[in-house]
Order: sequence, then C-alpha cells, then structure tokens
Amino acid sequence: MSFWTRHQVFEKNSIILIVGILLVIAIGGLVEITPLFYLKSTIEKVDGVRPYTPLELAGRNVYVREGCYLCHSQMVRPLRDEVERYGHFSLAAESMFDHPFQWGSKRTGPDLARVGAKYSDDWHVTHLTNPRAIVPQSVMPGYPFLSHSEVDPDTIADHMRTLRTVGVPYTDDQIASAGADLKAQADPENAGPDAFNKRYAKAVVRNFDGKTGTPTEMDALIAYLQMLGTLVDFKIYNEKANLR
Amino acid sequence: MSQPSISKSMTSGESGLAVVFAVTAFLCVIASAKALDAPFAFHAALSAAASLAAVFVIVNRYLDRPAALPPAEINGRPNYNMGPIKFSSFMAMFWGIAGFLVGLLIASQLAWPALNFDLPWTSFGRLRPLHTSAVIFAFGGNVLIATSFYVVQKSCRARLAGDLAPWFVVVGYNFFILIAGTGYLLGVTQSKEYAEPEWYADLWLTIVWVVYLLVFLATVIKRKEPHIFVANWFYLAFIVTIAVLHLGNNPALPVSVFGSKSYVAWGGIQDAMFQWWYGHNAVGFFLTAGFLAIMYYFIPKRAERPIYSYRLSIIHFWALIFLYIWAGPHHLHYTALPDWTQTLGMTFSIMLWMPSWGGMINGLMTLSGAWDKLRTDPVLRMLVVSVAFYGMSTFEGPMMSIKVVNSLSHYTDWTIGHVHSGALGWVGFVSFGALYCLVPWAWNRKELYSLKLVNWHFWVATLGIVLYISAMWVSGILQGLMWRAYTSLGFLEYSFIETVEAMHPFYIIRAAGGGLFLIGALIMAYNLWMTVRVGEQEAQMPVALQPAE
Repeated sequence: MSFWTRHQVFEKNSIILIVGILLVIAIGGLVEITPLFYLKSTIEKVDGVRPYTPLELAGRNVYVREGCYLCHSQMVRPLRDEVERYGHFSLAAESMFDHPFQWGSKRTGPDLARVGAKYSDDWHVTHLTNPRAIVPQSVMPGYPFLSHSEVDPDTIADHMRTLRTVGVPYTDDQIASAGADLKAQADPENAGPDAFNKRYAKAVVRNFDGKTGTPTEMDALIAYLQMLGTLVDFKIYNEKANLR
Repeated sequence: MSQPSISKSMTSGESGLAVVFAVTAFLCVIASAKALDAPFAFHAALSAAASLAAVFVIVNRYLDRPAALPPAEINGRPNYNMGPIKFSSFMAMFWGIAGFLVGLLIASQLAWPALNFDLPWTSFGRLRPLHTSAVIFAFGGNVLIATSFYVVQKSCRARLAGDLAPWFVVVGYNFFILIAGTGYLLGVTQSKEYAEPEWYADLWLTIVWVVYLLVFLATVIKRKEPHIFVANWFYLAFIVTIAVLHLGNNPALPVSVFGSKSYVAWGGIQDAMFQWWYGHNAVGFFLTAGFLAIMYYFIPKRAERPIYSYRLSIIHFWALIFLYIWAGPHHLHYTALPDWTQTLGMTFSIMLWMPSWGGMINGLMTLSGAWDKLRTDPVLRMLVVSVAFYGMSTFEGPMMSIKVVNSLSHYTDWTIGHVHSGALGWVGFVSFGALYCLVPWAWNRKELYSLKLVNWHFWVATLGIVLYISAMWVSGILQGLMWRAYTSLGFLEYSFIETVEAMHPFYIIRAAGGGLFLIGALIMAYNLWMTVRVGEQEAQMPVALQPAE
C-alpha cells in the first residue's frame, strides 16, 4: 500500500484527522516552550530585581491600558548601536516579574527599557501632556488626562494579591501596607518614606507630578518610567557568570 | 411541505438555550450592579441586554416557525442552511470597512499626530488594537466562518449540523467582537498583541469556538462523500489550532470577578514565548490555514478546474501545520530569549518557505488550461493575485526571520509592510474574491451586479497595496539603517527623533495607499448590496434554500 493510499485513513475519518492535527501541532510548542520553565540558564542570576511598588504597578497598568507597548519596545538588543543608544542589553531577569511582558515589537518611538532616570520628572510631565512642547517632530499622542485622574489606593492590594498568585513574590507586609505605600512614594514630605523604603529597597520617593494630594495616574506612570532599567547595577553585574 | 399533524413543541436546544440566556441575563445584571469599574459595568449591561434579546429572538423564532424543523434533504437534495452564512458575509463586509477606516485613521495619526485629539479613546494606543482586531478577527473571522459553513455543506453534501447552533456561532462570535472592540476604546486590554481582549471576552470566545468546532465537525461526520475534501482539512486545522493557541496564551487571573482587569499567568520570558507562539500562529492558522481552505475551494470552483495536485495538497497540509508552529521565536530575535530557541525559530521559519510555496504552486497551477479567464473574470483575477501575494509574503517572511536581516528589519516599518502585503494582498484579496463568489451563491443570484465594478475594485485596491507596501519597505529599511549609522568619528549619526522625522513622507504615502484600499472596499460593498437587492434570481436551482431569518 503506497503512502498515498495509507493517507486515506485521515481523509476518511474526521476524528483521526483531528488527532493527527493535534499531534503535529503540539510538537513545536512543547519543544520550544516547556524547557523555558525548567532550564536554569533561561533567567540570569542577578541582584536588585524586585517586584514593582504599588505606585509603579499602578503606573504600569496605565502603560498597558494606553497601549504604549505598541510604539515603544522594552528590550535592548545586544547590538553595538543599541547598547550605545539605550544602555546595557536587556536581561531576562529584568522582566521576570512582568505579567504581562512589555518587550514590544515596534519602535515608532525609542526603546524604554532603560528610560529610568534619563529625564527629569518635569520633563516627563510636560512631555506626556504635550509631546510636541518638548520634541517638535514627535508623533506621540498627548496624555493630558492622566493628570486629572487619581489612582485608587484602596484596590491596589487586590492587584498585588492576584500577582502573588501568579508568581510575583510580594510579602504579606507589602500587601498589607499597599495603599499607604502607594501614597507614600509620591509624598516625600510625610513620615512614610522610611517604612516604605524598608519594603522596597532603593525605590525612589518623589512627588513625581509636582502636585499635592492623592497620587494621579501621571504620578504613577512617571514613577514606573523612572524605575525602568534601573534595578540591576551593571557595575557589579557578573557578565561572565551569566553567559549563555 | 410542513405537516400540520405534528404537534409543535420547543426543541431541547431552543428551550435549553432560552433558559441559559435568561439566567445569563440575570447574572449579568448582578455583575453590572456590583462592577468595580465602568467598562466592566458597561460590558455586563451590554451582555444582559444581548442575553434578553437572545431569549426574545429564540422564543419569537419558535412561534413563527412551522412545527417541523427544516428537513436535511428536499427531493433527495441537501437542504443547505444559508442563513448564518448570509449573516456572517454581511458582518464581514461591515467590519471590513470599519477596520479599514480605523486603519486609515491611525495611519493618518502617525503622519499628523494632532488627530489623536488628546483624548484617551481616540489615541493611537487604543485604536491600533481596534484596527488589528477589526480586520483580522472581525473581517477575517467572519469571512472564515461564512466560507467554512458554505464549503463544509457543499463539499459534504449535507445540511449544516444543528438548528440554533450555527446561529449561536455567528451571532456569538460577532458579540465577542463587539465586547473586544468597545473594550479597547475604554482601555480594557491584556496588552498581548492580537490577544488583547480581557478574561471575560476570552471565556466567551472559548464557548463560541467550541460550538463552532462541534458544528463543523458534526457536519463533516454527516457527509455523503467518503473523503473529507482538502479545504475541510485546512478549516479543521484552523479551528482546532486556534482553540489550542487561545487556551495556551490567555490563562489569566482576574483581580475580581466584578472587574475587567486580570493578570496573565505567564510572566517575562515565558510570557513572551507564549505570546509569539500564539502571535505567529494566529498568522499561521487564522490568516493562512483558514484562507488556504478558501483557496482550495474557491479557485478550483471559479476556474472550473480541478486542484492541480492532490498529492501536493497532502504534503502541503501536513508540512505547513507542522512547521508553522515552530516559527514564533523569530519575533524575539536578539531578545533575552535563549539563543537555542531563537535558532530553532529561525530554522523552522526558513523551512516554512517550502510548504508555503508548495501551496502557492498548487493554487496557481490550478489555473492550468484556464489562464485566459484572468482576462475576462476580475473575480478570478483577484483570487489568483491573492495567491501571488501569498507567495511574495511567504518568501519575505522567511527572509526576515534570518537573524542578520531581522536585526535590521525588526522594530521598523518593514515588519508593518510585510504584514500588510500578506494582510491586504493575500487575506484581503482572497476574502474579496471569496465574497464575490459567495454572495451570489448564498443569496441565489445568477451573477454579480457588476463585473466592471469588481474590476475597478481590483485596480484601486492593488494600487493602494503597492503604495502601502513600497512606502513601508523604504521607511523601514531607511529607519533601520539610520538607527545603526555611524559617523566617521565613530559616533551614532542620528538621534532617534531624526529617524522619526524621516518617516513623515512615507507615512503620508502609506495613508494614501490605505485610503485607496478602503475606497475599493466601499465599491465592493455597493456592488454586493446591489447584487442582493436587484440581482436576477438563479432559475434552475430548486427552491431548496432556507429563507433568510
């Protein structure tokens, strides 16, 4: 019986055809995806990467909501020009707490993986409100409405609890004080910062949007942008130990 | 015809579905009242209203219908069910125009950013998923459902399985589109490209998709032909694999069952790999396997020629679905994804060139002995040119998946150009060709209202595609080269914003190309509308068709 005759078993039986399809399409995915969950070399061992603070998380949610990833990547490739333009190439470890990942696929605007601490908070407020006020040739939309929308400090703990369930290592302490921490990070005048920094080492406490009162989405988004790519200290990062 | 002696009662499907929708309406009202955010409240209210409407329609339909359900056969001929096909064809045209229009708007926003209007729901970041979902899932999805329901009936010589089930599929799918699309405008998104809808929309789609599979499969099982026709293999692979991809990419935990926000189960690198395993195979199985099924039915039918090689179609089928699934990592070249995965992705992407061209050859060579028809039949020309575009894109794709090429092309407009040569040229044209065939068939019309208008559509749209993709090739390669340009002193030559500025003329050309493509679709919509309104009834067909419902 030739191959072509044998093939009729698929052509004449829809269930066998479906099983055949399922088997054939399963192989590629299994081979490429499953090892990423257990191969130890997949994610580098680095110091400094921590879960997002409540305010940064709220800002990240704004970033996701507004679809920033559609024009800005967060993935510096190990190519000479990119490393010179943006900084050290991105490590897998730097996005290991990202649910979902924000590596992006298009650079209508520049990569943002290391935008943190590159510009002042004021620059960001002006730029986000009206990009062309600072960069006349920019094609980015303006986001003036972020300044008028407050972040809800009461629900952020629920978000962190959800993230903990999917694998982000938030502590009980961090979740219990989420609302207070959210306010504290944007309010350096008050007593909060010390306790806050105990929970989130080296996280920046600043009044990001320059306005008093409950943090706005502008505060949150800038807090997120200002920490991007700053967690790993590449002066002490052991490049050789993590060569793959 | 109908036999008055049969006492009329609701089928278990009718009563069951009515009860399920009544309960759903009640639950949705509660969800709307307890909602944590406005978009969720809106979507829950919309779902409640839709569920109530469904109950009304089901009961009303029952009251209006004769006691006996439509027979599977009349006078020994299959009594084909055309209602859901007509609905999906109409929705395809509607969403197509909507999707092209949004595409034109966001293309114009990149040329003239003032068009973002500084409002949240009109900004590029929210409209871009609306555009991609409207053209891929709303336009493309409805074309796939309409053609698959047609092809499976005709090639199996059996009436579509189920009474309400096919309607549940077509209406339920379009309701998913409505929830997804309005969600994007309100900022409800998972931010996973081509899988942006949030958890509740994903759950609903899962239900609809399973019913779709069951309707399709049950019809195949009822077939009067011993062999399952080639096109149906491709439809089955498309339906089954999309289900697998959807379930693999979307597991997410909602923050609250009364809120729209969820967090995806996968994180970082694994999420990236799942996403592009999904993303590339949304191209491979939604935009390729499904539309290849269209090619395998509509081109032979329109050209009145058999498929060029049955054996080639067997090889084409298995090789294509086996190789495609590996190609995802080429979206992640030079990222933090391990090198071994990138290399596998590249290798299989290059191999994928072969089955793709095998399929193209099979489609084109079907014209053997009928090439002269290209001169006289603009519908066939559209179908054939779509296959030519398929060949071009499936050469360009493997080339771009080579790491050195990708280091230049990735993150630039070249990717956008590549996607659109496939989307406008292949998926768009093969869909247009299929709809030009399908509408007269489904509405029982002798021929299209005007072949001259099809000709106009063809040329206007082709010109649009050429403008679009050539603008994106130039802008993409230009931007890639500018990013890596060095001065003689070893400094980066261009700041990022200089590369943005250089894109401006190409963005205008691209928008013009998109505008032409939209005009072509408007010509088509008019033509199809007139075909249905004033077209002459096909005479020799027996009155075997279901009236539109």
